[in-house]
Amino acid sequence: MDALEIARWQFGITTVYHFLMVPLTIGLGLTVATLQTMWHRTGNEHWLRMTKFWGKLFLINFIMGVATGIVQEFQFGMAWSEYSRYVGDVFGAPLAMEALLAFFVESTFLGLWIFGWKKLPKRIHLATIWCASLATILSAYFILVANSWMQHPVGTKIVDGRAVMTDAWAVFTNNTALVTFPHTIFGAFAVAGGFLLGISWFHLYRRRSEGIDTVDANGRVVVGEDLSRGKSRDKVDYQVWIKSLRIGAAVAMVAFLGVALSGHEQAKLMFEQQPMKMAAAEAACHDGTGFSVLSLGDITAQGATNCDNVVAVFEIPGILSYLANGDFTTEIKGVNTLIPEYQEKYGKYYPNDEAFGQYAGQEINYLPVMEVTYWGFRMMITLGGLSALAAGIALWVTRKGTVPHSKWLSRIALLSIAAPFGANATGWIFTEMGRQPFTVVPNPQMGGVDQVFMYTAASVSPTVTAGELLFSLITLTAIYGVLLVVELVLLARYIRGGVASAMPELEAEHEHANGPKDPSDDDDVLAFAY
Amino acid sequence: MDWLPTLWFIVIAVLWCGYLFLEGFDLGVGMLIGLGGSTEKRKRLLLNTIGPVWDGNEVWLLTAGGATFAAFPHWYASLFSALYIPLTIVLVALIFRAVAIEYRGKAITAPTRKAWDLALGLGSLVAAFGVGAMLALTTLGLPLNENGDRIGGPFAWLNWQAILGGTAVVAFCWIHALAFLRLKTDGKVRHQAGKLVGRWLPLAILPLVAWALLVLLDNDSAIAWAVMGVAVISLLVSMMTGRAGREGISFIALGITLLAGVAAIFTAAYPVVLPSSIDPAFDLTVANASSSSYTLKLMSIVAAFGVPLVLAYQSWSYWVFRKRLREEHIPETHRVVSIIK
Ligand code: HDD
Ligand code: HEM
Ligand code: HEM
Repeated sequence: MDALEIARWQFGITTVYHFLMVPLTIGLGLTVATLQTMWHRTGNEHWLRMTKFWGKLFLINFIMGVATGIVQEFQFGMAWSEYSRYVGDVFGAPLAMEALLAFFVESTFLGLWIFGWKKLPKRIHLATIWCASLATILSAYFILVANSWMQHPVGTKIVDGRAVMTDAWAVFTNNTALVTFPHTIFGAFAVAGGFLLGISWFHLYRRRSEGIDTVDANGRVVVGEDLSRGKSRDKVDYQVWIKSLRIGAAVAMVAFLGVALSGHEQAKLMFEQQPMKMAAAEAACHDGTGFSVLSLGDITAQGATNCDNVVAVFEIPGILSYLANGDFTTEIKGVNTLIPEYQEKYGKYYPNDEAFGQYAGQEINYLPVMEVTYWGFRMMITLGGLSALAAGIALWVTRKGTVPHSKWLSRIALLSIAAPFGANATGWIFTEMGRQPFTVVPNPQMGGVDQVFMYTAASVSPTVTAGELLFSLITLTAIYGVLLVVELVLLARYIRGGVASAMPELEAEHEHANGPKDPSDDDDVLAFAY
Repeated sequence: MDWLPTLWFIVIAVLWCGYLFLEGFDLGVGMLIGLGGSTEKRKRLLLNTIGPVWDGNEVWLLTAGGATFAAFPHWYASLFSALYIPLTIVLVALIFRAVAIEYRGKAITAPTRKAWDLALGLGSLVAAFGVGAMLALTTLGLPLNENGDRIGGPFAWLNWQAILGGTAVVAFCWIHALAFLRLKTDGKVRHQAGKLVGRWLPLAILPLVAWALLVLLDNDSAIAWAVMGVAVISLLVSMMTGRAGREGISFIALGITLLAGVAAIFTAAYPVVLPSSIDPAFDLTVANASSSSYTLKLMSIVAAFGVPLVLAYQSWSYWVFRKRLREEHIPETHRVVSIIK
């Protein structure tokens, strides 16, 4: 592998990994803020318990988002220095604003929230979690503005061979960003909804299987209690899980509706802005109107799939046109038409320039890896759809107040938490790999070769060696692998511990009923301690 | 508007000052916890002095990086790619440190807790060293060609100046953390920290002074010498007030020593942001490394609004958590028990 390929693998791995934490942080953050608001309004204990429990899981996840985010911030300069030089004037601005306007708020107010229980006045404490979670959304907006500019550069001209911002308003209201943003945020809520649903299902199932809750002849729940360990399995505990489950399911369904509607808007833009990406996502070789339900490449062919060996097994006519244009008849350009168009506009060969390293003078492959775009697009939709379906079923089967007594279903519920994560990851992989061979995709409205765009082959740091890149790729991947296991073990432990894992007082009251009092109760110096 | 790049040079110097001042004691406390080998209660006491604020402090680093990207793309690209291996190691250190702070209290067995302590201690040490080395190199020079790319292979940056800068920041973080603990704790820790600061302060500041002198002697700038004078005076103030038991003033004066010292270094280096040790013609300067004035204007508006806001709410958070901690305040660790039989 050459330096470029290693750098790409590294960016892909670290970013997809970062984006495992991100949607959960965004989705769960706002959920926790809402739960705490409910507690503040009603004073009902189950809202407090929900706030604490989901808040604990939120924090365990949040820190991994922070740790992996730092890598992202540095990586552009380290591995993609030519890219950074070329785009910094435009692309650096949203990144710097993200840090200054969003990350500071997130981290400072989260510190205040964690340590501020009982210390800050209740309303102000509530305000801190709102500040922190709204800042995660703001940070998403800024970073998506940066990313959307790569997909569709606007408000920019070339000065001395570098992109220079001419219109900040255009950059920050890029139509690509305005549709990507809701899509990504709804995607984050799909993750949070599935997370609430799966974990609550598991707890309700355990309450049933241990005989705490039962059902009467009509299948309606009869809520019970097990007071052997303090208040950790009382009737309020039941409220925690059933409410979380139903909220989670509702959130997941609304979120799917949101991603589907915003996704449709994205698809329409993509036909205009990145026609090749969409054609590759559809394995659409020839012009037409059909949406491919299944196309297969010739697996025996050497090398990557291309238009000489794709067979459309099943297509629905008209649907592709609908996705792109809102009607059923417009002919959509296929790969075979697009390649010569791109070659004519942007050249058949990479310039014979040392910036292109070993790619200088070689033929440009304008077709992204079709297996990835084609299956990435379908996996995203399918996995998201499955989790929405699961949410619908869950709402139906729990209408009488609890989950069926089935070990199998509870396992599936836990496993299904993974589906929206998968949809998010495949969505990004599709978007990012579909923009190859460019890092900054040419904006078709701007014209030819003298416009703002950049090839991936010219983006990488010129004198950083493949050995250095390999060192960081291996180190980071190994560490990320270990940390993933650590995070999952911790999450599992806190999930199995139930609400008491975030509220020790639920058990403590029972155990130390007559024991010595915790000195921290009298003294508000530390309401929480690491 | 040729003063805009200069303004942004100052903003970035301020961001680095903020980072070194604030995360300085965080990193130092991390080193003391992880490598200091005291009792479990003591470690938790130390950790909780930085608990609510460390993450906010770390964002100063991210903002310094992001602002450099936006305002001086060439500086960001050349410096970060030249230091590929050391920055990878710094990133690994920062990852371990962040995760260790959050997760060490959640470990159930003694060996895992020990492992997290080590991650925290080494992570803090390596991060402090790496940042110091990077700042020393950006003020003293790297082998860059005319495109701003490092030549001479992956280790071309490794020289005694880098080691000096790394040592300077590590030593400063250590002493700064002790001064901080003296202010934030009560009881034995406060007493011991006070003794250590009294004894080691001049020595711990020495490498920082050496680095500053190196940059100052290389470029002559009267303002830089004047700022350096401020650093020396506040160091003396810190030592004297420290002896007299005025912990607050002593801590602030030590902080001013750092701020003035770093400011003197940046002032002396101006207008060069990253010298090339190959040929001064290849130096990256405020003029040739900066973004367009349109972008700088936009960023200035954002910073004029954002920086005071950040300072306001970060100060508020320090005020909320202003009380001294004692070992008695630290509650028992809570062990999560699975309710699932
Ligand atoms: C759509 C959302 C989104 C996307 C595409 C990215 N991130 Fe991210 N990032 C977040 C949303 C987010 C967040 C939700 O705001 C996080 C997750 C956990 C957290 O602490 O904040 C975060 C954390 C986070 C942090 C740590 C912040 C802190 O210390 O509080 C940094 C430095 C970055 N990110 C940088 C990046 C960069 C340079 C990215 C591009 C490659 C990137 N992120 C992609
Ligand atoms: C603002 C946010 C983002 C920016 C600026 C960005 C930028 C980049 C850059 C510079 C590359 C390397 C060049 C290349 O190989 O094309 C890249 C590759 C990649 N990115 Fe992104 N990215 C962003 C967000 C994401 C996210 C959130 C994900 C997924 C979770 C992602 C997934 C990938 C993948 C999979 C690659 C590898 C592509 C390939 O090898 O072809 N990106 N991105
Ligand atoms: C009917 C359903 C959906 C449609 C039509 C759809 C459409 C799209 C399109 C066209 C893109 C590419 C945008 C571009 O490259 O310019 C995209 C990207 C993406 N999708 Fe979807 N999507 C759907 C469902 C989902 C679901 C369920 C999730 C996650 C839960 C999801 C998460 C993402 C993510 C994270 C990206 C990458 C970021 C972005 O460009 O917004 N999508 N989607």
